Amino acid sequence: MPELYPYAAARIHARELSLLSRQNLDQLLAAKTYDECLHSLRGLGWDEGDTAEEILAAETERTWKLMGELLPEPELFQLFRLPADFNNAKAAVKAVVTNVQTHRVFLPGGSIQPETMVKALKDNDFSSIPAWMAKPLQEAQQLLLKTRDGQLCDVLLDKAALDAILQAGKSSECALLKEYAELFVAAADLKIAQRAILTGRPAPFLKEALAECDTLNLPRLEAAALEGMNGLESYLSLTVYADAIPALKAGASAFDKWRDDRIMTLIQGEKANPFTLGPVAAYFLARQNEIAMVRIILSAKRNGLDVEDVQERLRMMYV
Amino acid sequence: MTFTDLLNTLGVPMALLGAVLAALMAGIGSAIGVGMAGEAAAGALTEDPSKFGKVLILQLLPGTQGIYGLLIAFLTLSNIGILGGSADISFAKGMLYFFACVPMGFVGLWSAKRQARASVASINLISRKPDQFGKSIILPAMVETYAVLALLVSLLAVANIGKLPL
Repeated sequence: MPELYPYAAARIHARELSLLSRQNLDQLLAAKTYDECLHSLRGLGWDEGDTAEEILAAETERTWKLMGELLPEPELFQLFRLPADFNNAKAAVKAVVTNVQTHRVFLPGGSIQPETMVKALKDNDFSSIPAWMAKPLQEAQQLLLKTRDGQLCDVLLDKAALDAILQAGKSSECALLKEYAELFVAAADLKIAQRAILTGRPAPFLKEALAECDTLNLPRLEAAALEGMNGLESYLSLTVYADAIPALKAGASAFDKWRDDRIMTLIQGEKANPFTLGPVAAYFLARQNEIAMVRIILSAKRNGLDVEDVQERLRMMYV
Repeated sequence: MTFTDLLNTLGVPMALLGAVLAALMAGIGSAIGVGMAGEAAAGALTEDPSKFGKVLILQLLPGTQGIYGLLIAFLTLSNIGILGGSADISFAKGMLYFFACVPMGFVGLWSAKRQARASVASINLISRKPDQFGKSIILPAMVETYAVLALLVSLLAVANIGKLPL
């Protein structure tokens, strides 16, 4: 039986009242100018910082701070830190191998300090790096030194990230995190297959890039992707991801929307869960989603994009 | 001393065991329940301290089983002479007191734990929808029915065992 977290669940359910709804997003979209949109955003409580980037960074920071208050052990949400860790690993490897400055290339929110990775790569001493990161970091450095191909290095680290996320999900006692990790990795595999079809990537790329997961059969996915979109459609129609076919056909942006909406659907049930870490994880994902949506709206307002085009890209909201 | 006399010396210990069982198990259930509901209440109050009155009632609901257990234990101790009076209790009567206390002990433990879960769920409900307090209090209160039924059975039995010609 998973451990119970009644304090965290009750607190986070109370916090859900302050999450942005679709009506709030429509209100932001209805702003005539970028400044008016920013003003409306401040009215919704997003008021830390002067620029849009500062406001979004502050909201991300607030979410992590709340997680820090609610989680007895930070490792419980390690899964959510892994994308930032592996992004920083890519930047660190490239910076060290090509000997360039690392100014503003690292993302916040990782579990390993980027400077620690840079130092380990420079000294060729990985004892200060956790085992799940040390091996791929070392391999990526060797690969980049040997081939000077940044894309190959990225593929290696992206696959290591997906493996680590799936592993973190499986070892979690939270059912939602297990399902989320599986969906995250499967969606990444489908996106890789979609990209391979659209860019005509060969079989070895697929073998290197696709990560194992329980809901997709990798040899069949590889074969299907090599046959083209029709092959992928035939294979996916037999899986639990049959509803992703129209989005995969429509393009990368439509597929991203499908994945994010699927995650929002996955977490909906946590609204009625008063005991486990599930609601806290759901809140975290909902916050990530709303920050991404606000970023899209602000970017659209800044660039004067059409409201209807933006509305098509908006994801489902948690509340 | 005959075997029957020897057996009858166990009458009071058996009845005492029943009283202990009623107070102990129902008390443990209530302690777990009030503690769990208290954690949820603290979570809700961290975000909105104005809900204190509402969440306090929900937190206290699983505490009643402990009081019921104490009542049965107190009545049993009183009837078997531990709190004064005659302590002449046969083995058969001791066993009857023991079994009379069992419903309160077991139902008290189990219902307090389940009622705590219902209370936690209700605290979460009023965290999200403060206007639903009336409904939220009814849900965990339903569990109370079964604790009250167990109390009634134990109470009637303990109160009347003394009148039996054993």
